[in-house]
Amino acid sequence: MDSQKMKYIPGPDTISTLTLENGATVLSFSNLNSRSIYMIGILNGGGVLDPSEKTGLAHFTANLLSRGTENLSFSDFHNQLESAGANLVFSCGSKHAWFRGKALAEDVELLFRLSSDSLQKPSFNQEYIGRLRNQLIAGLTIRDQDTSEMASLLLDRYLFPDHPYGQPIDGYIETIQSITRSDILQFHNQVYSPADMIIVVAGAVDGQEIRDLSEKYFSTWNVDTTAQSKNPLIPPPPANIIRKHSFIEGKSQVDLLMGCFSPVRTSSDYMPVSIGNNILGQFGLMGRIGKVVRSKSGLAYYASSSVSAWSDVGTWDFSAGVNPENVEKTIDLIREEIKQFVKSPVTDQELDNSKSLLIGRMPISLESNAGLANAILSMQRFKLGFDYYQKYTGLINSITAKQILTASQRYLHPDRLVIASAGPGEEIK
Amino acid sequence: MNSLANKHILENGLTILTKEIHHAPLISHWIWYRVGSRNEIAGKTGVSHWVEHMQFKGTPKYPINVLDAAISKVGGYWNAMTYLDWTTYYETLPADKAPIAIDLEADRMVNSVFDKKETELERTVIISEREGNENDPMFRLGEATRSAAFDQHPYAQQVIGEMKDLRTISRNDLYNHYQQYYTPGNAVLAVAGDFKTEDLIKELTQKYADIPIRGVSPQIKVTPENEIGESEQITVEGHGDTVYVQISYRAPKATDDDFFSLVVLDSLLTGPASLSMFGGGGISNKTSRLYKKLVENDLSVNISGGLQATIDPFLYDILAITSPEKNTQLIIKSITEEIDRIQNNSVSQAEIDRAIKQAKALFAYGSESITNQAFWMGYSSMFADHTWFDTFISNLEKITKNQILSAAQRYLDPNHRIIGIYRPSPKENY
Repeated sequence: MDSQKMKYIPGPDTISTLTLENGATVLSFSNLNSRSIYMIGILNGGGVLDPSEKTGLAHFTANLLSRGTENLSFSDFHNQLESAGANLVFSCGSKHAWFRGKALAEDVELLFRLSSDSLQKPSFNQEYIGRLRNQLIAGLTIRDQDTSEMASLLLDRYLFPDHPYGQPIDGYIETIQSITRSDILQFHNQVYSPADMIIVVAGAVDGQEIRDLSEKYFSTWNVDTTAQSKNPLIPPPPANIIRKHSFIEGKSQVDLLMGCFSPVRTSSDYMPVSIGNNILGQFGLMGRIGKVVRSKSGLAYYASSSVSAWSDVGTWDFSAGVNPENVEKTIDLIREEIKQFVKSPVTDQELDNSKSLLIGRMPISLESNAGLANAILSMQRFKLGFDYYQKYTGLINSITAKQILTASQRYLHPDRLVIASAGPGEEIK
Repeated sequence: MNSLANKHILENGLTILTKEIHHAPLISHWIWYRVGSRNEIAGKTGVSHWVEHMQFKGTPKYPINVLDAAISKVGGYWNAMTYLDWTTYYETLPADKAPIAIDLEADRMVNSVFDKKETELERTVIISEREGNENDPMFRLGEATRSAAFDQHPYAQQVIGEMKDLRTISRNDLYNHYQQYYTPGNAVLAVAGDFKTEDLIKELTQKYADIPIRGVSPQIKVTPENEIGESEQITVEGHGDTVYVQISYRAPKATDDDFFSLVVLDSLLTGPASLSMFGGGGISNKTSRLYKKLVENDLSVNISGGLQATIDPFLYDILAITSPEKNTQLIIKSITEEIDRIQNNSVSQAEIDRAIKQAKALFAYGSESITNQAFWMGYSSMFADHTWFDTFISNLEKITKNQILSAAQRYLDPNHRIIGIYRPSPKENY
């Protein structure tokens, strides 16, 4: 690859960095091939901090951040954004509150001004709390009828028993109904802080402009929060098969999810397991699992596996959408593939193919401003080093079949899985 | 960055569109066929989509296991989509691996096997896909509304097809459909990315020029439908605790000047939306007229609009989501009143200018990726030609207040629309 085209890969020389006195980190990357910019930010405020009787509080709070501020009404806030063709959305994950925005490059300051105002001075207007509550409850009634969502909730509940990760980030109808303005204010005051905030901007702007805007809009944010992060102990992995099914009336198809733990993002097992997962349930039309469940047996429109990894836990999921008559057969086929996968090393051909795929995908994933910003955020969040993507090809190529087998055996076992499904069929409690 | 496309036509009729973009070492290769559910007859609905699935089942040169790995092993993304007017196959991959995509697509334009056993395996996969769709109340409502909105036009059918047809379509039905429509003269090849046009055209010519024009049998005659007849209200009942209200109006075809007025009207009523089916969206709609009227007044929790660029007049849909205790007739009345306000000249030039700025932003977002650039060239060729995309913004900028008024009066007529309501069944029926 010539040096000109290497420039699109963010690295230590091209990522602009700034750490504010309040602890916030701001990173940026200039992509002058674009006319727009993408901003992403994370800070303390994830669902893990929800009190158990108020599940969904973090999600409720994050969603209210775009419902007006002390300086701007709901209408003014959105009028400014939408008139510029810009967007700014607040959301909530397990560990963090998130904000994501995009705008034409000429409107980059708008995103800084509105995100700063929303994070620091949300109005939490009672009228909008009521309206959002209705919207969230409507979303939950739709979720209750969604076979994929319900299978996912069931999997989380039994993979993370007695742990906040086992609870839905968007809560339950009863908990959302019980959340008051006072709960929201208290949560925001106690939790939201610039101390560990990371903001990344990618697009048609230069680093100096982003550093200046960061100083202007975020350097004066200083709060003394009492509840910072919370890291409850992750429960042990499943010791046997835990089979659960949620019956939903009037559906044609069952969504099936099987899962266990996978390595954390910073583990040396992460890369071997990622490549292994690609072979098992991603490559081509969904790897070995897609081949046996969809192509050879015609049982499902989709059948695949995925690995998700964070700083404190990772999960390895196997999913399929199948006719109710084929659920048990599909489970058997997937378990058999898992059994074979942890018994023998992957073939040289499989390994070469998946390595080649992952290396080839890197430039595609870094093509857009959103892709660039997310990549930079991962490097910062998981302390991978800003040269991670520059070294990525070497990292992939260094992984052996033996490493994949050994790492996979540590996490994956055909008889130690939570198997959750939702749709037609008798409830399994 | 947004250079115009180059157009080249081979002697066998294949149209090639290319656009050089050099910011990343990538190429996106799309082959588009002018065949979709518009080209289907009763009893064979879903055949175009099933043919698309069979194109992943191999050729003598690329047997199924080789085909499966060919693009993936070089790090590419590939997939296919079937819609009303078209079917498309795409690969985005490292630029130096482009010959693989070119060879593979040229090969499966004519040499797909359509093995009988594979056909039967795929039958259950597609039935499974349809069952997955049926799990969604909006699919069931959309299917019923669409069916009521057309008398005889194939747009009445869902792309995936009717379940009874999916059980009976044969291997020969699929193969005949493939032979009828997968021919160079019925295809457009759109390639964007890091290449030199002259070299690429040489390579494409080498691979595609010898593909013979097939003996295309007469295609079905499609008669466009204009105005929807008398207004009708249909109700679909099902499980759940959510109500969906969909109002469908006839929309102009993409090449009609009025289409651009509908784009602006959609933006005013339900917020800006990208016409791309392939990303590029993402502006909220909280200051749109119907969000203010319905959501801000607690009549619904959500409002959205849907406008498609199509060969024949299709539908403009407005969808509101609400809870069972809300008055659906009041929602319908409120939507009707807001449209009536527009029809009575309440649109300002500032509103139009704002809609155009939003459209420009959406285009900027959508143009970031090489994949999207190639998508747009081919996509717009399916219902117009590639210049439709290049001139989209300038056509929007020409829209006047009077044109919007006139389009609103003509297309958003309360006497010619379909109202569809999905309502939870009474609990005692569960």
